[in-house]
Amino acid sequence: MSKALDTMLYLNGVSVSFDGFKALNSLSIIVKPAEMLAIIGPNGAGKTTMMDIITGKTRPDAGEVYFNGRTDLTKLDEAAIANLGIGRKFQKPTVFESQSVWDNLEMALKKPRGIFSTLFYASDREDKDRILDILETVRLAGRKDDLAANLSHGQKQWLEIGMLLAQDPKLLLVDEPVAGMTDAETVETANLLREISKTRSVVVVEHDMSFVRDLDTRVTCLAEGTVLAEGSLEQVSANPTVIERYLGR
Amino acid sequence: MITQALFRALDKKAIWVVAILLVIALAVPAANLLIPPGSPGHVPNYLVTLFGKYLTYAMLALALDLVWGYCGILSLGHGAFFALGGYAMGMYLMRQIGDRGVYGDPVLPDFMVFLNYSELPWFWQGMDQFWFAMLMVVLVPGLLAFVFGWFAFRSRVTGVYLSIITQAMTYALLLAFFRNDMGFGGNNGLTDFKDILGQPITATTTRASLFAATAIALALSVFICSMIVNSKLGKVMIAVRDAESRARFLGYRVEYVKLFAFVVSAVIAGIAGALYVPQVGIINPGEFAPANSIEVVIWTAVGGRGTIIGPIIGAIIVNMGKSYFTGALPELWLFALGGLFVFVTLFLPKGIVGLIGQWRGYSEWRNRPAPPSDGAPSGEAHASDLAERGENTKTVTRAPQPKPAE
Amino acid sequence: MFRAPFAFRLLAAALCLLAGVFAPIAVSAQDNTSQIRELIAAMPDASLRELEEIVSSLAATGNTDVVPVLEALGEGDLYFNEETGDVVIVTRNRMYDPVTEEEIAPVGETDLSRIRVNNGLRRDIDATIGGMTLMADDPQTRISAARTMGASPDEENIPLLDEALAAETDPAVRTAMENARAVTILGMPDATLEQKRQAVPIVSRTSGGAAIVTLRSALNEDTPEELRADIESAIAGLEQERAFWQAAQNVWFGLSLGSVLLLAAIGLAITFGVMGVINMAHGEMVMLGAYTTYVVQETIRQNSPELFDYSLAIALPLAFLVTALIGVAIERGIIRWLYGRALETLLATWGLSLILQQTVRSIFGPTNRQVGNPSWMSGSFDFYGLSITYSRMWIVVFAIVVFAALLVVLNRTSLGLQMRAVTQNRRMASAMGIRTPFVDAMTFGLGSGIAGLAGVALSQIDNVSPNLGQGYIIDSFMVVVFGGVGNLWGTLVGALTLGIANKFLEPYAGAVLGKILILVFIILFIQRRPRGLFALKGRAVDA
Repeated sequence: MSKALDTMLYLNGVSVSFDGFKALNSLSIIVKPAEMLAIIGPNGAGKTTMMDIITGKTRPDAGEVYFNGRTDLTKLDEAAIANLGIGRKFQKPTVFESQSVWDNLEMALKKPRGIFSTLFYASDREDKDRILDILETVRLAGRKDDLAANLSHGQKQWLEIGMLLAQDPKLLLVDEPVAGMTDAETVETANLLREISKTRSVVVVEHDMSFVRDLDTRVTCLAEGTVLAEGSLEQVSANPTVIERYLGR
Repeated sequence: MITQALFRALDKKAIWVVAILLVIALAVPAANLLIPPGSPGHVPNYLVTLFGKYLTYAMLALALDLVWGYCGILSLGHGAFFALGGYAMGMYLMRQIGDRGVYGDPVLPDFMVFLNYSELPWFWQGMDQFWFAMLMVVLVPGLLAFVFGWFAFRSRVTGVYLSIITQAMTYALLLAFFRNDMGFGGNNGLTDFKDILGQPITATTTRASLFAATAIALALSVFICSMIVNSKLGKVMIAVRDAESRARFLGYRVEYVKLFAFVVSAVIAGIAGALYVPQVGIINPGEFAPANSIEVVIWTAVGGRGTIIGPIIGAIIVNMGKSYFTGALPELWLFALGGLFVFVTLFLPKGIVGLIGQWRGYSEWRNRPAPPSDGAPSGEAHASDLAERGENTKTVTRAPQPKPAE
Repeated sequence: MFRAPFAFRLLAAALCLLAGVFAPIAVSAQDNTSQIRELIAAMPDASLRELEEIVSSLAATGNTDVVPVLEALGEGDLYFNEETGDVVIVTRNRMYDPVTEEEIAPVGETDLSRIRVNNGLRRDIDATIGGMTLMADDPQTRISAARTMGASPDEENIPLLDEALAAETDPAVRTAMENARAVTILGMPDATLEQKRQAVPIVSRTSGGAAIVTLRSALNEDTPEELRADIESAIAGLEQERAFWQAAQNVWFGLSLGSVLLLAAIGLAITFGVMGVINMAHGEMVMLGAYTTYVVQETIRQNSPELFDYSLAIALPLAFLVTALIGVAIERGIIRWLYGRALETLLATWGLSLILQQTVRSIFGPTNRQVGNPSWMSGSFDFYGLSITYSRMWIVVFAIVVFAALLVVLNRTSLGLQMRAVTQNRRMASAMGIRTPFVDAMTFGLGSGIAGLAGVALSQIDNVSPNLGQGYIIDSFMVVVFGGVGNLWGTLVGALTLGIANKFLEPYAGAVLGKILILVFIILFIQRRPRGLFALKGRAVDA
């Protein structure tokens, strides 16, 4: 607990199993404020399960999960965790397809989430400017009135990143953000994430090595639910176990 | 802030619906009372009552649409709220009979005298007061919906499971109200009403007033539903319908959103039931039958769920069809109704309103994806499962395929 | 418990033996026929008082042949011909001699007069017959005579019972006689305390409410303390025993209801569990199975009635085929277009159920159709304290067989393997060459076919009407949801639990309230465990 004090995210000895299969095996990870961590690892390494645990979707069998040094996340549900300031972008872009890009962002905007405050919500100048800003950032300004369903895969990724920004979280969990993006867009995304990580903590899960290289940050390689190697991308990719278990030769 | 919400409720098509309903509320009773019978334009009494009944059905369908079309909760027990509202009204009307019953007891309704009740059960106290009965019309269905929804939504019962337990709920109430010792008249229900608010219930003017009240109540319901679905809360409701857990990860309390919609919907259904009873003159446990509640679903589906006008159109058209068939070709009605279920689900997922929208080539309709299936678990979890199993989610085609129940 | 058949056989053997032993005694009693004739001939002119004497004289002959005469007298079937003075027995369709039982040519009714009796005499006659039949050849007659005496105790019977007991060797008859004697003694004001105390354990040997009533009525303010203690402890024991049998009865009824639920729900468990399809027309498949049985029975009745006992055996495969084919047609025609849209499937199949119901109503009419029980399904037998009807018993057996067969199909056949493969990973199964659409159709056909089998069984205990299925559909859903989907064992446990719970609630809450309580329980249960009793765990489930 004391060790968690100046961290943004603190996982210690987290284990979870499904029907005997150990998805996470005593996983420990620390993310500091305004720091970016890239997570790589083979399929089944437990990356998505880790995110499920942080966001309250799955309860760990054992271990500690603390946010911002003091909040025990294992006691909270998804909505409470999201309202603490943890935003999540899913592996498969999940946007509200039957609603417009604008509405998607409006719903994500950091505002009171209660029933009556949403019922009587009226967007003011400030909110509109904020949404327009985000639309610019994620290059969807021209499509704000289109249904999210009609966006391309890459655009949906951008929209979801935009929704993350609108939530104004302290910690962003980003699962495979560049799948379906062109090379240029990938570079853009890396720049955007680097920019964000100056003020917030970011955890990125990605398979795309060139993208991870672009992120230029600390890397953790997971395998079989536990940490295999940590360090810079060079260090991690030089690690013989990582080469054997994940990168392959 | 609130004024904005009210203003927003009346934009788009809703204002037209409200306006038309208000015109009907005045015009039909006027045409019934002021134009002498036989003259062109006269609306006969039976039509006033018949369409008054249709309008209460429309309210019920609208109520269901609020939870199903907008929030993805397929309730197969909405008839229960309708019937509870109806029973509350029926109890008031029973108390108004006074000593004009067959047994002439000044306090006890006939069935209680018949069943040897010595005094009025506690839950009948106060029902002789109109205001109190109307409070119960709103409170009882609302409370049931609140308690039921509180438990169901908090424990995340979704999809077909929720549908099945709502059906179980109305079935349990059906069995309960059939019992004589429940104190609601058992099998026969409540009937032989005489007065409402001091007016004879079968009088032409009373009928016309009831019609007007129903049309106004429906207009109000349209207004309220429109206010809700056009607000940010309405957007969140659709978000919950389409991707429940995503909405949760955005920090919305999905269970409260659903609970709000469910309670509002139950209250509207209860009021519809209360307006239904004086117009048809009877309420009995048959209204709780699960089949009734499922029929409401088809009204909504035929008209077009996820729209305000759809359920109203659907309820009226289907019930006109029902009136025609049960009169002219009674054996064919169930074939027609059954066929309608199959046809609408297979070929008309967006209902009549959606079809009209397509014909008129509205781009929003062309672009609108079919409302994703209600309780189907939101996509991301499955996508991530597939990915963990080493499959490429980017090329997943969404062809219809069976998926085992979870 | 399973020693019963052996005990029955033993009993049967003993009865045969005894019948042989008593035959000679019966023959020796034949000698006084002429005396009997005289006594009977005196009846027409006798006053009531004289008739009483004649009755006791007849009884004194010890010849059981007089029993029919006495019975006829008691029931008012004994007449005499006013011209000849002959006494005859007249029943509704024949007239015969009271001693030889030979038919007599009918005479006009006006010539016959009834020999009148009053209630006092009638009681005497009953007691006399009781005493006479205690000595009858047939052990069953002796038992029922003893029971009659036990039911209306009269101290005058004691000597008769003592006499009969002295000669009686059949244990079952002895038990009945001893019981009758003990019951009588308990009711006698002038029996000694010792006699009464000895009677108590004998009375309480027979279980059931009657013994408790007898013992209770023997208690009053004057009951001596020792006897009171005896009786009270005997009552306590009996009540305990009764509670046990009551519970056993409930368990049996529960099992019986549970197996009906299991039959109705198990097909649903397959379509819902394996395919995620909510088939609201499932109840109508059950109904169609029942109507298939009806059609089979009608055909047999008209063409070869001797086959009637085989009607169910013929109906089973037919019902399976009919409903399975309809199921496949529904799957191919409608459901496959709606996969992944569970709620739409629910609505479409509800529509189908309306169409199927109305079709059946149009063809067979809205009223109940008569489906008969074959001889081996009718009647009941006693099993210790339980009365078990054959139809219920065979349905329990049938449900178990269907369940076991289904397990075998799912776990041991290639279709079962393919079904499980498709359930677990549709894409992978398809990539390995399994024709998934074919498997879907077969799965749905299997589920529907089982519903058809359930229909054959239900036709034996329920009304066969177009609404048959409606009554089961909600209960079936409750079973599947309670047991947890995708798990046949869950369905089994769910069905039996709900069946037994229902039957245990019924005595306290009444049938309707019991059912409501069960529904409320399930609604609450689903809140606690949204995926049922035997839900699969894992990440996918949390979605």
